[in-house]
Amino acid sequence: MGLITNLKDSISRVTDRLFASAEPKRIGIYGPPNAGKTTLANRIARDWTGDAIGPESHVPHETRRARRKEGVDIERNGRSVTIDIVDTPGVTTKVDYKEFLDHDMEKDDAIRRSREATEGVAEAMHWLREDVDGVIYVLDSTSDPFTQVNTMLIGIIESRELPVLIFANKTDLEESDVQRVADAFPDHETVPLSALEGNNMDEVYDKIAEYFG
Amino acid sequence: MPETTPDSNDGVQIDLISGSRMAGLRSMEKIRLILDGVREGNIVILEEGLSPDEESKLIEVTMTEISPDDFSGIEIESYPRAETADQSFLDRLMGRESTKKLTVIGPANQIETLHKDEQLISALVSRK
Repeated sequence: MGLITNLKDSISRVTDRLFASAEPKRIGIYGPPNAGKTTLANRIARDWTGDAIGPESHVPHETRRARRKEGVDIERNGRSVTIDIVDTPGVTTKVDYKEFLDHDMEKDDAIRRSREATEGVAEAMHWLREDVDGVIYVLDSTSDPFTQVNTMLIGIIESRELPVLIFANKTDLEESDVQRVADAFPDHETVPLSALEGNNMDEVYDKIAEYFG
Repeated sequence: MPETTPDSNDGVQIDLISGSRMAGLRSMEKIRLILDGVREGNIVILEEGLSPDEESKLIEVTMTEISPDDFSGIEIESYPRAETADQSFLDRLMGRESTKKLTVIGPANQIETLHKDEQLISALVSRK
């Protein structure tokens, strides 16, 4: 009897330790500039921790450093899923400081911003190759999804065999076309949402728990 | 036949790089070959493209080389990657990825994609 009790205790301790040591999954939020990645990251962080991750802006490359929010507990259907959110700069193959001059920026500020943006994109690529366990790929559903950057990034994510969810953002806008996004990446699940308005967030959290839990 | 050295004012140089030439290079050598050509204002066409990992490094290295009024990055276009169903299980197991896809790369300020679908890439190339 004592032997069985001891055995039960040992098994219990081992399983407790196993679950306790399970580190949160690092989920990278990727996508092109101005897709609404930071708005989504802030929405998730606010909903589950009460804090935001970073400032949102219409000016491209507002996020120029990967920002991390650790230990976000998402509860779904009686289960709790803990993730670290990594909000990454929008990925592109080109950055021209002159584009920022159109946003009422002085040349020096535009050059500084473009330099920071290039460093941020390089950092985002490094995170993708080394440091994320799953990816939320955010697309502006009012824009053409068939771009080279999207094709390349999805290819990179697939080659690393990372779980990926495609989020078709900005469904609150009239020009939103979720089906076009779904057609562009038929091998992956597409979830429509408006991170700004908080539309369809229940399904968003269901899918996060399902894919990354 | 001797190589000729073009006058850069005459037009745009296009380098078509064969798959066999790229196959003999390491990843960084491929990226250097591409970026050196593009930074000289050339359009580089790869017969067989890059692997996803190499594409990721190409973006990263490109970002480190962007400088104001000199180099604003690259424009890159390729056909969508062939379905992985084309690969055998052994190929995938051994990491032999199918990368055979024509890829066009040029300076961002000189090449503009006009149209792209699964069968046609149409681009406008201008001089510096």
